[in-house]
Amino acid sequence: MPKPKLALYWAASCGGCEITVLDIEEKILEVAAFFDIVFWPCAMDFKYADVEAMQDQEIDITLFNGAIRTSENEHLAKLLRRKSKTLIAFGSCAHEGCIPGLSNFYDAKSTFEYAYRESPTVEESSRGIYPQPKTAMPEGEIEIPEFYNTVKVLDQVVDVDYTIPGCPPQSAQVIAVLEAVIDILKTGKALPPRGAILGAGDKTCCDECPRTRKEKKIKEFFRPHEIIPKEDECLLDQGILCLGPATRSGCGALCVKANVPCRGCYGAPPNVSDQGAKMISALSSVIDAATPEEARKIMEKIADPLGTLYRFSLARSTFRRVQMGNGKNEK
Amino acid sequence: METVEKTTEQSTPKTRETFQPRIVGFLCNWCAYSGADLAGVSRLQSSPNIRIIRTMCSGRVDPAMILRAFELGADGVLIAGCHFGDCHYLEGNFKTMRRIELLKMVLKRFGIDEKRLRLEWISASEAEKYARVSFEFTEQIREMGPLVLQFS
Ligand code: SF4
Ligand code: SF4
Ligand code: FES
Repeated sequence: MPKPKLALYWAASCGGCEITVLDIEEKILEVAAFFDIVFWPCAMDFKYADVEAMQDQEIDITLFNGAIRTSENEHLAKLLRRKSKTLIAFGSCAHEGCIPGLSNFYDAKSTFEYAYRESPTVEESSRGIYPQPKTAMPEGEIEIPEFYNTVKVLDQVVDVDYTIPGCPPQSAQVIAVLEAVIDILKTGKALPPRGAILGAGDKTCCDECPRTRKEKKIKEFFRPHEIIPKEDECLLDQGILCLGPATRSGCGALCVKANVPCRGCYGAPPNVSDQGAKMISALSSVIDAATPEEARKIMEKIADPLGTLYRFSLARSTFRRVQMGNGKNEK
Repeated sequence: METVEKTTEQSTPKTRETFQPRIVGFLCNWCAYSGADLAGVSRLQSSPNIRIIRTMCSGRVDPAMILRAFELGADGVLIAGCHFGDCHYLEGNFKTMRRIELLKMVLKRFGIDEKRLRLEWISASEAEKYARVSFEFTEQIREMGPLVLQFS
């Protein structure tokens, strides 16, 4: 039997997902032995033309990390979708936009304005020179990808078969998924239902958290540098904004065990469409205020509420982006 | 892959006179909905722009439902429940109050005017209050104009 074909691609991402693949340690040898790796720009020398030359659905599995920021990202998402039997969104960027998705606080114009004009690190001679998709050169026209106004997640541009959440997905979970995949391909076992979330649990981060919880009554929020958290009590009980109640289980409550609040990287728990909205619900149940004024006073201490509640999921949220006040509506 | 449907109605510009605000009203069964019902029975005029959805308690209205209403084309969302002390489930409306406060903070940062979301306490006997609020809110939204969301 010919080896099943595996492709790995990175779009708008930090590279952490690539490292996570290597973090599976000696398992990588098993993966390399079992699969024929046909495309992996980060680690091996393949060209886009190699993928274009393949038959449709020739690749058995593609692990796609990164969000869709540029026309190149979108082109590769569509190409790999066509060439792959199974397309897996790998990691938080492909799943829900993650940190690149926070650029949906701005638009392409304001991003360029800052990056190429305002930023103090722009070199004087090139201040105000913006990248152009097409540039005429003596040798002919050269092209760079178009920078989109809004960061999208993978399943907003192509159909996605499965998703492995996390920033990055934890290596134990990656191993478990790869082992299951190898087993399925060897034995012909049934695939998980399409659309399934792999390599994660179906509860919340709180369910994996070892800290003791009391009846919550929050009078004041603290930022991490303003308080030394007790090691065994729920962080939210102590007034530290922990996204555990609005985050899918699967990481083993990694951050919370290191005395740091969960930031929500495993995305929304099952049956939740909007992670931030879920956290708004959770917080509203535990803030100790009987009047709107009291409530507002407590909530005003939440630094950057939008960036905190949607740190990983802004691009996937109900509104997908901050509205740039395009004139008439919201003054 | 998801697509967002945008009705042509939503994308055509409207003048103040022809603009009919679309408002979703989540009304709790025990107070506000009964109040609106009483308005009807008493032949009190209330605003036809409010599409009423009956919920068991104002505390049943998940913030995600409010966001979704805006996403699908609502220009305003009204949440109405029992006065403090009257909630059929004791504390539901206190949660609602905190939720709406926080949601308004977040809406504002999404670039959406928080005044598009309104919270009112209306008892089962306050038919007149429902009628008044329904027109007041409709006029306020008419003044603000349609909510046009940009997703890309
Ligand atoms: S809120 Fe955070 S600290 Fe508290 S139980 Fe949940 S995950 Fe643990
Ligand atoms: S605790 Fe939260 S932020 Fe940390 S790895 Fe787990 S899901 Fe991600
Ligand atoms: S039952 Fe009316 S607000 Fe709870």
